[in-house]
Amino acid sequence: MADAAEGRGAVRRRAGLRLWLSGGWLAALAAAALLAPWIAPHDPLAQDLFAGRLPPAWQAGADPAYLLGTDSLGRDVLSRVLHGARVALFVALVAGTLTALIGAALGLLAGFYRGWVDVAISRLVDIWMAFPPVLFAILLIAVLGTGLASIIVAIVVIDWTRFARVVRAEAMAQGAMDYVASARVAGMGRLRTLATEILPNCLPTIGVLLTLEMGIAVIVEAILSFVNLSISTDAPTWGGMIAEGRLSIHQAWWVLVFPLVALFLTVLAFGQLGEGLKDRFDPVLR
Amino acid sequence: MADLYSVTGLHVSLADMTRKPLLGAAPRIGILHGLTFAIGRGEVVGIVGGSGSGKSTLGRALVRLLEPTAGRILFDGQDIAHLPEPALRPLRRRFQMIFQDPLSSLNPRQTVGTILRAPLALHGLPLARAAEALDAVGLPRAHLARYPHELSGGQRQRVGIARAIALRPDFILADEIVSGLDVSSQAQVLALLETLVRDFSLTLAFISHDLSVVRRLCTRIIVLHQGRIVEDAPAARLFDAPKAEYTRMLLSAIPLPDPDQPWD
Repeated sequence: MADAAEGRGAVRRRAGLRLWLSGGWLAALAAAALLAPWIAPHDPLAQDLFAGRLPPAWQAGADPAYLLGTDSLGRDVLSRVLHGARVALFVALVAGTLTALIGAALGLLAGFYRGWVDVAISRLVDIWMAFPPVLFAILLIAVLGTGLASIIVAIVVIDWTRFARVVRAEAMAQGAMDYVASARVAGMGRLRTLATEILPNCLPTIGVLLTLEMGIAVIVEAILSFVNLSISTDAPTWGGMIAEGRLSIHQAWWVLVFPLVALFLTVLAFGQLGEGLKDRFDPVLR
Repeated sequence: MADLYSVTGLHVSLADMTRKPLLGAAPRIGILHGLTFAIGRGEVVGIVGGSGSGKSTLGRALVRLLEPTAGRILFDGQDIAHLPEPALRPLRRRFQMIFQDPLSSLNPRQTVGTILRAPLALHGLPLARAAEALDAVGLPRAHLARYPHELSGGQRQRVGIARAIALRPDFILADEIVSGLDVSSQAQVLALLETLVRDFSLTLAFISHDLSVVRRLCTRIIVLHQGRIVEDAPAARLFDAPKAEYTRMLLSAIPLPDPDQPWD
Protein backbone atom coordinates (compact mmCIF):
# COMPACT_ATOMS: atom_id res chain seq x y z
CA MET A 1 0.00 0.00 0.00
CA ALA A 2 2.87 2.36 0.86
CA ASP A 3 4.41 1.74 -2.54
CA ALA A 4 1.19 2.58 -4.34
CA ALA A 5 0.98 5.85 -2.45
CA GLU A 6 4.65 6.49 -3.21
CA GLY A 7 3.91 6.11 -6.88
CA ARG A 8 0.94 8.45 -6.73
CA GLY A 9 2.91 11.03 -4.77
CA ALA A 10 5.76 10.84 -7.25
CA VAL A 11 3.58 11.97 -10.14
CA ARG A 12 4.80 15.39 -11.19
CA ARG A 13 3.29 16.94 -14.25
CA ARG A 14 5.50 18.67 -16.75
CA ALA A 15 5.18 22.41 -17.08
CA GLY A 16 3.70 22.04 -20.54
CA LEU A 17 3.94 24.04 -23.71
CA ARG A 18 1.04 26.25 -22.68
CA LEU A 19 2.83 27.55 -19.64
CA TRP A 20 6.13 28.05 -21.45
CA LEU A 21 4.62 29.96 -24.37
CA SER A 22 2.32 32.20 -22.34
CA GLY A 23 4.89 32.76 -19.58
CA GLY A 24 7.60 33.40 -22.16
CA TRP A 25 5.57 36.00 -24.04
CA LEU A 26 4.55 37.80 -20.84
CA ALA A 27 8.11 37.73 -19.46
CA ALA A 28 9.46 39.15 -22.72
CA LEU A 29 6.74 41.79 -22.72
CA ALA A 30 7.43 42.71 -19.09
CA ALA A 31 11.14 43.04 -19.85
CA ALA A 32 10.36 45.16 -22.92
CA ALA A 33 8.03 47.36 -20.90
CA LEU A 34 10.55 47.87 -18.11
CA LEU A 35 13.42 48.57 -20.49
CA ALA A 36 11.39 50.53 -23.06
CA PRO A 37 13.17 53.86 -22.48
CA TRP A 38 16.50 52.19 -23.22
CA ILE A 39 15.68 49.65 -25.91
CA ALA A 40 13.17 51.64 -27.97
CA PRO A 41 15.03 52.84 -31.08
CA HIS A 42 13.24 56.18 -31.16
CA ASP A 43 11.38 58.58 -28.90
CA PRO A 44 7.77 57.34 -29.11
CA LEU A 45 6.54 60.93 -29.30
CA ALA A 46 9.08 62.25 -31.84
CA GLN A 47 7.35 63.23 -35.08
CA ASP A 48 9.02 63.39 -38.45
CA LEU A 49 6.51 64.50 -41.03
CA PHE A 50 8.96 63.73 -43.87
CA ALA A 51 9.12 60.08 -42.75
CA GLY A 52 5.37 59.46 -42.42
CA ARG A 53 3.76 56.09 -43.23
CA LEU A 54 7.02 54.29 -43.90
CA PRO A 55 6.38 50.54 -44.29
CA PRO A 56 8.04 47.88 -42.09
CA ALA A 57 11.75 47.25 -42.78
CA TRP A 58 11.26 44.17 -45.00
CA GLN A 59 9.01 45.94 -47.48
CA ALA A 60 9.98 48.03 -50.48
CA GLY A 61 10.53 51.72 -49.76
CA ALA A 62 11.28 51.18 -46.07
CA ASP A 63 13.83 52.96 -43.91
CA PRO A 64 15.76 50.29 -41.93
CA ALA A 65 15.88 52.66 -38.94
CA TYR A 66 12.12 52.09 -38.49
CA LEU A 67 11.80 48.33 -38.03
CA LEU A 68 8.00 48.21 -37.94
CA GLY A 69 7.44 51.37 -40.00
CA THR A 70 6.02 54.73 -38.95
CA ASP A 71 2.55 56.17 -38.55
CA SER A 72 1.05 59.13 -40.41
CA LEU A 73 2.94 61.60 -38.18
CA GLY A 74 6.22 59.76 -38.73
CA ARG A 75 6.40 58.26 -35.23
CA ASP A 76 8.19 54.89 -34.86
CA VAL A 77 5.61 52.08 -34.51
CA LEU A 78 8.00 49.71 -32.68
CA SER A 79 8.89 52.33 -30.07
CA ARG A 80 5.23 53.13 -29.54
CA VAL A 81 4.29 49.44 -29.17
CA LEU A 82 7.06 49.00 -26.58
CA HIS A 83 6.01 52.07 -24.61
CA GLY A 84 2.37 51.03 -24.96
CA ALA A 85 3.25 47.77 -23.20
CA ARG A 86 4.17 49.79 -20.10
CA VAL A 87 0.66 51.20 -19.82
CA ALA A 88 -1.02 47.89 -20.70
CA LEU A 89 0.93 45.81 -18.17
CA PHE A 90 0.70 48.39 -15.40
CA VAL A 91 -3.08 48.54 -15.77
CA ALA A 92 -3.29 44.73 -16.00
CA LEU A 93 -1.31 44.15 -12.80
CA VAL A 94 -2.77 46.88 -10.62
CA ALA A 95 -6.38 46.73 -11.80
CA GLY A 96 -6.38 42.91 -11.92
CA THR A 97 -5.01 42.57 -8.39
CA LEU A 98 -7.34 45.15 -6.86
CA THR A 99 -10.34 43.62 -8.60
CA ALA A 100 -9.39 40.17 -7.35
CA LEU A 101 -8.91 41.35 -3.77
CA ILE A 102 -12.22 43.19 -3.52
CA GLY A 103 -14.32 40.75 -5.53
CA ALA A 104 -12.92 37.60 -3.92
CA ALA A 105 -13.30 38.99 -0.40
CA LEU A 106 -16.97 39.82 -0.97
CA GLY A 107 -17.57 36.49 -2.73
CA LEU A 108 -15.99 34.53 0.13
CA LEU A 109 -18.07 36.34 2.74
CA ALA A 110 -21.30 35.82 0.77
CA GLY A 111 -20.65 32.16 0.02
CA PHE A 112 -19.46 31.17 3.47
CA TYR A 113 -21.68 33.17 5.81
CA ARG A 114 -24.83 32.87 3.65
CA GLY A 115 -27.93 34.48 5.21
CA TRP A 116 -28.32 38.25 5.04
CA VAL A 117 -24.65 38.81 4.12
CA ASP A 118 -25.20 36.72 0.99
CA VAL A 119 -28.52 38.40 0.19
CA ALA A 120 -26.99 41.87 0.47
CA ILE A 121 -23.90 41.09 -1.62
CA SER A 122 -25.74 39.01 -4.23
CA ARG A 123 -28.45 41.63 -4.84
CA LEU A 124 -25.75 44.30 -5.14
CA VAL A 125 -23.99 42.14 -7.75
CA ASP A 126 -27.24 41.62 -9.67
CA ILE A 127 -27.95 45.34 -9.78
CA TRP A 128 -24.34 46.16 -10.65
CA MET A 129 -24.27 43.74 -13.56
CA ALA A 130 -27.35 45.30 -15.11
CA PHE A 131 -25.32 48.41 -16.03
CA PRO A 132 -23.81 48.24 -19.53
CA PRO A 133 -20.08 47.92 -18.68
CA VAL A 134 -18.50 50.04 -21.41
CA LEU A 135 -20.96 52.90 -20.92
CA PHE A 136 -20.44 52.61 -17.19
CA ALA A 137 -16.68 52.93 -17.69
CA ILE A 138 -17.05 55.92 -19.99
CA LEU A 139 -19.39 57.55 -17.51
CA LEU A 140 -16.96 56.95 -14.66
CA ILE A 141 -14.03 58.39 -16.60
CA ALA A 142 -16.15 61.37 -17.57
CA VAL A 143 -16.74 61.99 -13.87
CA LEU A 144 -13.25 61.13 -12.60
CA GLY A 145 -11.35 62.70 -15.50
CA THR A 146 -8.91 60.88 -17.76
CA GLY A 147 -5.71 59.37 -16.46
CA LEU A 148 -4.21 56.03 -15.49
CA ALA A 149 -5.75 56.06 -12.01
CA SER A 150 -9.23 56.62 -13.46
CA ILE A 151 -8.85 53.67 -15.82
CA ILE A 152 -7.84 51.44 -12.94
CA VAL A 153 -10.71 52.63 -10.77
CA ALA A 154 -13.16 52.09 -13.63
CA ILE A 155 -11.97 48.50 -14.19
CA VAL A 156 -12.14 47.65 -10.48
CA VAL A 157 -15.56 49.22 -10.00
CA ILE A 158 -17.01 47.37 -12.98
CA ASP A 159 -15.35 43.98 -12.77
CA TRP A 160 -15.35 43.08 -9.06
CA THR A 161 -18.71 41.38 -9.69
CA ARG A 162 -17.03 38.77 -11.89
CA PHE A 163 -14.90 37.60 -8.93
CA ALA A 164 -17.69 37.97 -6.40
CA ARG A 165 -20.06 35.69 -8.30
CA VAL A 166 -17.62 32.92 -9.12
CA VAL A 167 -15.86 32.91 -5.75
CA ARG A 168 -19.21 32.93 -3.93
CA ALA A 169 -20.25 29.76 -5.76
CA GLU A 170 -16.90 28.12 -5.03
CA ALA A 171 -17.02 29.11 -1.35
CA MET A 172 -20.53 27.66 -1.11
CA ALA A 173 -19.42 24.36 -2.64
CA GLN A 174 -16.39 24.20 -0.36
CA GLY A 175 -18.47 25.19 2.67
CA ALA A 176 -20.65 22.11 2.17
CA MET A 177 -17.62 19.78 2.37
CA ASP A 178 -17.14 17.72 5.50
CA TYR A 179 -13.72 19.21 6.20
CA VAL A 180 -15.53 22.43 7.15
CA ALA A 181 -17.82 20.52 9.53
CA SER A 182 -14.70 18.80 10.80
CA ALA A 183 -13.01 22.14 11.55
CA ARG A 184 -16.13 23.09 13.51
CA VAL A 185 -16.04 19.84 15.47
CA ALA A 186 -12.42 20.64 16.26
CA GLY A 187 -13.57 23.98 17.70
CA MET A 188 -12.27 26.30 15.01
CA GLY A 189 -13.92 29.74 14.74
CA ARG A 190 -15.84 30.81 11.64
CA LEU A 191 -13.47 33.49 10.37
CA ARG A 192 -10.46 31.25 10.90
CA THR A 193 -12.17 28.40 9.05
CA LEU A 194 -12.78 30.78 6.17
CA ALA A 195 -9.14 31.88 6.11
CA THR A 196 -7.36 28.56 6.64
CA GLU A 197 -9.76 25.97 5.20
CA ILE A 198 -11.97 27.61 2.54
CA LEU A 199 -9.66 30.27 1.08
CA PRO A 200 -6.81 27.87 0.11
CA ASN A 201 -9.36 25.75 -1.76
CA CYS A 202 -10.67 28.79 -3.63
CA LEU A 203 -7.18 30.08 -4.57
CA PRO A 204 -6.84 28.09 -7.82
CA THR A 205 -10.16 29.52 -9.02
CA ILE A 206 -9.14 33.02 -7.94
CA GLY A 207 -5.78 32.62 -9.68
CA VAL A 208 -7.33 31.58 -12.99
CA LEU A 209 -9.84 34.43 -12.76
CA LEU A 210 -7.06 36.87 -11.90
CA THR A 211 -5.09 36.10 -15.03
CA LEU A 212 -8.26 36.31 -17.13
CA GLU A 213 -9.02 39.63 -15.47
CA MET A 214 -5.57 40.93 -16.35
CA GLY A 215 -6.31 40.13 -19.99
CA ILE A 216 -9.67 41.88 -19.69
CA ALA A 217 -7.96 44.91 -18.10
CA VAL A 218 -5.64 45.13 -21.12
CA ILE A 219 -8.66 45.07 -23.43
CA VAL A 220 -10.60 47.65 -21.40
CA GLU A 221 -7.59 49.96 -21.36
CA ALA A 222 -7.35 49.56 -25.15
CA ILE A 223 -11.09 50.24 -25.58
CA LEU A 224 -10.85 53.37 -23.47
CA SER A 225 -7.77 54.54 -25.40
CA PHE A 226 -9.62 53.75 -28.61
CA VAL A 227 -12.37 56.17 -27.65
CA ASN A 228 -9.74 58.64 -26.40
CA LEU A 229 -10.65 58.31 -22.74
CA SER A 230 -7.34 56.87 -21.57
CA ILE A 231 -4.28 58.96 -20.77
CA SER A 232 -3.40 61.96 -22.96
CA THR A 233 -4.04 61.47 -26.67
CA ASP A 234 -0.38 61.51 -27.78
CA ALA A 235 0.79 59.04 -25.19
CA PRO A 236 1.62 55.69 -26.75
CA THR A 237 -1.10 53.20 -25.87
CA TRP A 238 -2.12 50.17 -27.92
CA GLY A 239 -5.74 51.26 -28.07
CA GLY A 240 -4.77 54.76 -29.17
CA MET A 241 -2.50 53.33 -31.90
CA ILE A 242 -5.30 51.06 -33.12
CA ALA A 243 -7.65 54.06 -33.25
CA GLU A 244 -5.13 56.06 -35.30
CA GLY A 245 -4.26 53.10 -37.49
CA ARG A 246 -7.90 52.56 -38.32
CA LEU A 247 -7.98 55.93 -40.09
CA SER A 248 -5.12 54.98 -42.42
CA ILE A 249 -5.78 51.26 -42.75
CA HIS A 250 -5.69 51.36 -46.57
CA GLN A 251 -2.44 53.29 -46.78
CA ALA A 252 -0.54 51.93 -43.77
CA TRP A 253 -1.86 48.65 -42.37
CA TRP A 254 1.14 48.26 -40.06
CA VAL A 255 0.04 51.08 -37.76
CA LEU A 256 -3.07 49.09 -36.87
CA VAL A 257 -1.78 45.53 -37.10
CA PHE A 258 1.31 45.56 -34.83
CA PRO A 259 -0.37 46.96 -31.70
CA LEU A 260 -3.34 44.67 -32.41
CA VAL A 261 -1.09 41.61 -32.54
CA ALA A 262 0.63 42.67 -29.31
CA LEU A 263 -2.77 43.14 -27.65
CA PHE A 264 -4.11 39.82 -28.94
CA LEU A 265 -1.06 37.82 -27.85
CA THR A 266 -1.01 39.46 -24.43
CA VAL A 267 -4.66 38.78 -23.68
CA LEU A 268 -4.31 35.21 -24.94
CA ALA A 269 -1.16 34.69 -22.88
CA PHE A 270 -2.82 35.90 -19.66
CA GLY A 271 -5.66 33.45 -20.09
CA GLN A 272 -3.38 30.54 -20.89
CA LEU A 273 -1.00 31.43 -18.06
CA GLY A 274 -3.78 30.96 -15.51
CA GLU A 275 -4.72 27.54 -16.83
CA GLY A 276 -1.08 26.50 -17.14
CA LEU A 277 -0.19 27.57 -13.60
CA LYS A 278 -3.21 25.73 -12.21
CA ASP A 279 -2.22 22.55 -14.05
CA ARG A 280 1.33 22.77 -12.87
CA PHE A 281 1.13 23.91 -9.26
CA ASP A 282 -2.20 22.66 -7.94
CA PRO A 283 -1.25 19.86 -5.51
CA VAL A 284 -4.61 18.20 -6.05
CA LEU A 285 -4.58 16.19 -9.26
CA ARG A 286 -7.92 16.66 -10.89
CA MET B 1 -22.49 10.39 37.11
CA ALA B 2 -22.37 7.15 35.17
CA ASP B 3 -23.82 8.37 31.88
CA LEU B 4 -21.65 10.41 29.53
CA TYR B 5 -24.62 11.43 27.42
CA SER B 6 -28.15 11.74 28.69
CA VAL B 7 -30.63 12.78 26.03
CA THR B 8 -34.26 13.63 26.87
CA GLY B 9 -37.07 14.56 24.50
CA LEU B 10 -34.77 15.40 21.58
CA HIS B 11 -36.67 17.02 18.73
CA VAL B 12 -35.01 18.21 15.53
CA SER B 13 -36.90 19.85 12.71
CA LEU B 14 -35.47 21.63 9.69
CA ALA B 15 -36.92 24.33 7.46
CA ASP B 16 -38.24 22.99 4.15
CA MET B 17 -36.80 25.57 1.77
CA THR B 18 -38.39 23.96 -1.30
CA ARG B 19 -41.83 24.90 0.04
CA LYS B 20 -40.89 28.29 1.47
CA PRO B 21 -43.50 30.91 0.61
CA LEU B 22 -42.23 34.17 -0.92
CA LEU B 23 -42.77 35.97 2.37
CA GLY B 24 -42.66 34.42 5.80
CA ALA B 25 -40.98 31.37 7.26
CA ALA B 26 -40.61 28.04 5.50
CA PRO B 27 -42.67 25.12 6.87
CA ARG B 28 -40.67 22.79 9.11
CA ILE B 29 -40.12 19.08 8.62
CA GLY B 30 -39.74 17.01 11.75
CA ILE B 31 -36.68 14.73 11.58
CA LEU B 32 -36.42 13.46 15.16
CA HIS B 33 -39.51 13.13 17.30
CA GLY B 34 -38.63 13.14 20.97
CA LEU B 35 -35.74 10.73 21.51
CA THR B 36 -34.78 9.77 25.04
CA PHE B 37 -31.76 7.59 25.74
CA ALA B 38 -28.45 7.58 27.58
CA ILE B 39 -24.94 6.51 26.68
CA GLY B 40 -22.85 5.26 29.57
CA ARG B 41 -19.10 5.78 29.86
CA GLY B 42 -17.16 3.14 27.96
CA GLU B 43 -20.21 1.96 26.05
CA VAL B 44 -20.05 1.26 22.33
CA VAL B 45 -23.49 2.08 21.02
CA GLY B 46 -24.65 1.25 17.54
CA ILE B 47 -27.22 3.58 16.02
CA VAL B 48 -28.90 1.85 13.09
CA GLY B 49 -31.79 2.56 10.81
CA GLY B 50 -32.70 2.85 7.17
CA SER B 51 -32.06 5.84 5.01
CA GLY B 52 -34.07 8.82 6.27
CA SER B 53 -34.45 7.35 9.73
CA GLY B 54 -32.65 10.34 11.26
CA LYS B 55 -29.56 8.51 12.47
CA SER B 56 -27.09 10.98 10.99
CA THR B 57 -29.17 13.93 12.23
CA LEU B 58 -29.09 12.40 15.70
CA GLY B 59 -25.30 12.07 15.46
CA ARG B 60 -24.86 15.63 14.30
CA ALA B 61 -27.01 16.86 17.18
CA LEU B 62 -24.88 14.88 19.66
CA VAL B 63 -21.70 16.67 18.53
CA ARG B 64 -23.67 19.89 18.08
CA LEU B 65 -23.12 20.34 14.37
CA LEU B 66 -26.77 21.33 14.48
CA GLU B 67 -28.92 22.78 17.23
CA PRO B 68 -31.93 20.71 18.34
CA THR B 69 -35.37 22.29 18.15
CA ALA B 70 -36.29 21.05 21.60
CA GLY B 71 -35.03 18.69 24.27
CA ARG B 72 -31.93 18.38 26.41
CA ILE B 73 -28.55 16.85 25.66
CA LEU B 74 -26.58 16.43 28.87
CA PHE B 75 -22.92 15.81 28.17
CA ASP B 76 -21.14 14.88 31.37
CA GLY B 77 -23.91 16.62 33.29
CA GLN B 78 -23.89 19.86 31.26
CA ASP B 79 -26.73 20.72 28.87
CA ILE B 80 -25.13 21.41 25.49
CA ALA B 81 -28.34 21.39 23.44
CA HIS B 82 -28.56 25.15 23.07
CA LEU B 83 -25.08 26.32 24.07
CA PRO B 84 -23.85 29.05 21.71
CA GLU B 85 -20.76 28.22 19.66
CA PRO B 86 -18.21 30.24 21.72
CA ALA B 87 -19.32 28.53 24.94
CA LEU B 88 -19.23 25.18 23.17
CA ARG B 89 -15.70 25.58 21.79
CA PRO B 90 -13.71 24.59 24.91
CA LEU B 91 -15.98 21.53 25.30
CA ARG B 92 -15.50 20.44 21.72
CA ARG B 93 -12.20 18.71 22.46
CA ARG B 94 -14.16 16.15 24.45
CA PHE B 95 -16.57 14.96 21.74
CA GLN B 96 -15.13 14.25 18.33
CA MET B 97 -16.47 12.88 15.10
CA ILE B 98 -15.23 10.63 12.30
CA PHE B 99 -16.90 11.36 8.98
CA GLN B 100 -18.33 9.05 6.37
CA ASP B 101 -16.34 10.26 3.37
CA PRO B 102 -12.69 10.86 4.26
CA LEU B 103 -11.98 12.48 0.91
CA SER B 104 -14.50 15.20 1.75
CA SER B 105 -13.60 15.47 5.43
CA LEU B 106 -9.84 15.90 4.86
CA ASN B 107 -8.93 19.27 3.37
CA PRO B 108 -7.38 18.37 -0.02
CA ARG B 109 -4.91 21.25 0.16
CA GLN B 110 -3.41 20.35 3.53
CA THR B 111 -0.93 17.64 4.38
CA VAL B 112 -1.88 14.97 6.88
CA GLY B 113 0.44 16.72 9.36
CA THR B 114 -1.39 20.05 9.01
CA ILE B 115 -4.76 18.31 9.26
CA LEU B 116 -3.78 16.52 12.48
CA ARG B 117 -1.97 19.46 14.11
CA ALA B 118 -4.62 22.17 13.57
CA PRO B 119 -7.08 20.83 16.21
CA LEU B 120 -4.21 20.23 18.64
CA ALA B 121 -2.99 23.81 18.23
CA LEU B 122 -6.53 25.16 18.73
CA HIS B 123 -6.79 23.44 22.10
CA GLY B 124 -3.21 24.17 23.16
CA LEU B 125 -2.17 20.52 23.17
CA PRO B 126 1.34 19.27 22.32
CA LEU B 127 1.74 18.93 18.56
CA ALA B 128 3.75 15.73 18.98
CA ARG B 129 0.44 13.98 19.49
CA ALA B 130 -0.12 14.11 15.73
CA ALA B 131 2.65 11.58 15.17
CA GLU B 132 1.50 9.50 18.12
CA ALA B 133 -2.02 9.39 16.69
CA LEU B 134 -0.64 8.09 13.39
CA ASP B 135 1.20 5.37 15.34
CA ALA B 136 -2.05 4.47 17.08
CA VAL B 137 -3.93 3.98 13.79
CA GLY B 138 -1.06 2.05 12.24
CA LEU B 139 0.15 4.54 9.64
CA PRO B 140 3.85 5.35 9.21
CA ARG B 141 4.92 8.77 10.47
CA ALA B 142 6.20 9.61 6.99
CA HIS B 143 2.55 10.04 6.02
CA LEU B 144 2.53 13.36 7.90
CA ALA B 145 3.97 14.94 4.76
CA ARG B 146 1.42 13.38 2.41
CA TYR B 147 -1.67 14.95 0.92
CA PRO B 148 -4.99 13.09 1.27
CA HIS B 149 -5.17 12.31 -2.45
CA GLU B 150 -1.87 10.43 -2.13
CA LEU B 151 -3.44 7.90 0.25
CA SER B 152 -5.73 4.95 -0.33
CA GLY B 153 -9.32 4.94 0.92
CA GLY B 154 -8.52 2.89 4.00
CA GLN B 155 -5.50 5.04 4.82
CA ARG B 156 -7.59 8.20 4.52
CA GLN B 157 -10.16 6.86 6.93
CA ARG B 158 -7.33 6.05 9.35
CA VAL B 159 -6.23 9.68 9.15
CA GLY B 160 -9.81 10.68 9.99
CA ILE B 161 -9.68 8.37 13.01
CA ALA B 162 -6.25 9.71 14.00
CA ARG B 163 -7.57 13.28 13.92
CA ALA B 164 -10.40 12.33 16.29
CA ILE B 165 -8.29 10.40 18.80
CA ALA B 166 -5.38 12.89 18.80
CA LEU B 167 -7.48 15.19 20.99
CA ARG B 168 -8.01 12.31 23.49
CA PRO B 169 -11.77 12.89 23.57
CA ASP B 170 -14.23 11.19 25.93
CA PHE B 171 -16.65 10.47 23.12
CA ILE B 172 -16.32 9.74 19.41
CA LEU B 173 -19.14 9.67 16.91
CA ALA B 174 -18.42 7.46 13.91
CA ASP B 175 -20.88 8.25 11.13
CA GLU B 176 -21.06 5.42 8.56
CA ILE B 177 -17.28 5.35 8.55
CA VAL B 178 -16.85 2.03 6.78
CA SER B 179 -19.62 2.28 4.20
CA GLY B 180 -17.28 3.78 1.60
CA LEU B 181 -14.60 1.11 2.03
CA ASP B 182 -14.15 -2.30 0.45
CA VAL B 183 -14.76 -5.33 2.64
CA SER B 184 -11.15 -6.00 3.65
CA SER B 185 -10.53 -2.33 4.54
CA GLN B 186 -13.80 -2.40 6.48
CA ALA B 187 -12.60 -5.31 8.57
CA GLN B 188 -9.27 -3.59 9.23
CA VAL B 189 -10.89 -0.31 10.26
CA LEU B 190 -13.37 -2.12 12.54
CA ALA B 191 -10.55 -4.07 14.16
CA LEU B 192 -8.65 -0.81 14.65
CA LEU B 193 -11.68 0.82 16.30
CA GLU B 194 -12.03 -2.12 18.68
CA THR B 195 -8.40 -1.71 19.74
CA LEU B 196 -8.70 2.05 20.15
CA VAL B 197 -11.87 1.80 22.22
CA ARG B 198 -9.99 -0.54 24.58
CA ASP B 199 -6.68 1.39 24.66
CA PHE B 200 -8.13 4.87 25.07
CA SER B 201 -11.21 3.79 27.12
CA LEU B 202 -13.39 5.59 24.59
CA THR B 203 -17.13 5.93 24.50
CA LEU B 204 -18.23 5.37 20.93
CA ALA B 205 -21.44 5.85 18.99
CA PHE B 206 -21.31 4.01 15.71
CA ILE B 207 -23.88 4.97 13.09
CA SER B 208 -24.57 2.44 10.37
CA HIS B 209 -27.31 1.19 8.12
CA ASP B 210 -25.75 -2.25 8.21
CA LEU B 211 -26.53 -4.40 11.26
CA SER B 212 -23.82 -6.93 10.43
CA VAL B 213 -21.14 -4.23 10.79
CA VAL B 214 -22.57 -3.08 14.10
CA ARG B 215 -22.89 -6.58 15.52
CA ARG B 216 -19.17 -7.10 15.81
CA LEU B 217 -18.34 -3.81 17.50
CA CYS B 218 -21.23 -2.68 19.64
CA THR B 219 -22.35 -3.55 23.15
CA ARG B 220 -25.73 -1.89 22.72
CA ILE B 221 -27.85 -1.03 19.73
CA ILE B 222 -30.42 1.70 19.20
CA VAL B 223 -32.72 1.13 16.22
CA LEU B 224 -34.23 4.27 14.68
CA HIS B 225 -37.18 4.32 12.33
CA GLN B 226 -38.69 7.53 10.98
CA GLY B 227 -37.22 9.64 13.75
CA ARG B 228 -38.29 7.44 16.64
CA ILE B 229 -36.46 4.83 18.68
CA VAL B 230 -38.12 1.50 17.95
CA GLU B 231 -35.72 -0.65 19.94
CA ASP B 232 -32.87 -0.02 22.37
CA ALA B 233 -31.27 -3.24 23.61
CA PRO B 234 -27.94 -4.92 24.34
CA ALA B 235 -26.46 -6.24 21.10
CA ALA B 236 -26.73 -9.93 21.95
CA ARG B 237 -30.38 -9.69 22.92
CA LEU B 238 -31.25 -7.63 19.88
CA PHE B 239 -29.82 -10.20 17.52
CA ASP B 240 -31.27 -13.19 19.37
CA ALA B 241 -34.72 -11.86 20.19
CA PRO B 242 -35.61 -8.68 18.32
CA LYS B 243 -38.77 -7.13 19.72
CA ALA B 244 -39.72 -4.55 17.13
CA GLU B 245 -41.07 -5.54 13.72
CA TYR B 246 -38.71 -3.06 12.04
CA THR B 247 -35.68 -4.62 13.73
CA ARG B 248 -36.73 -8.04 12.43
CA MET B 249 -36.94 -6.57 8.95
CA LEU B 250 -33.43 -5.11 9.23
CA LEU B 251 -32.08 -8.42 10.53
CA SER B 252 -33.63 -10.40 7.71
CA ALA B 253 -32.06 -7.98 5.23
CA ILE B 254 -28.53 -9.06 6.22
CA PRO B 255 -27.18 -11.19 3.38
CA LEU B 256 -25.73 -14.44 4.69
CA PRO B 257 -23.12 -16.38 2.78
CA ASP B 258 -24.56 -19.54 1.25
CA PRO B 259 -21.78 -22.03 0.49
CA ASP B 260 -24.10 -24.25 -1.55
CA GLN B 261 -25.15 -21.53 -3.96
CA PRO B 262 -24.20 -22.38 -7.54
CA TRP B 263 -22.32 -19.72 -9.54
CA ASP B 264 -24.71 -19.45 -12.43
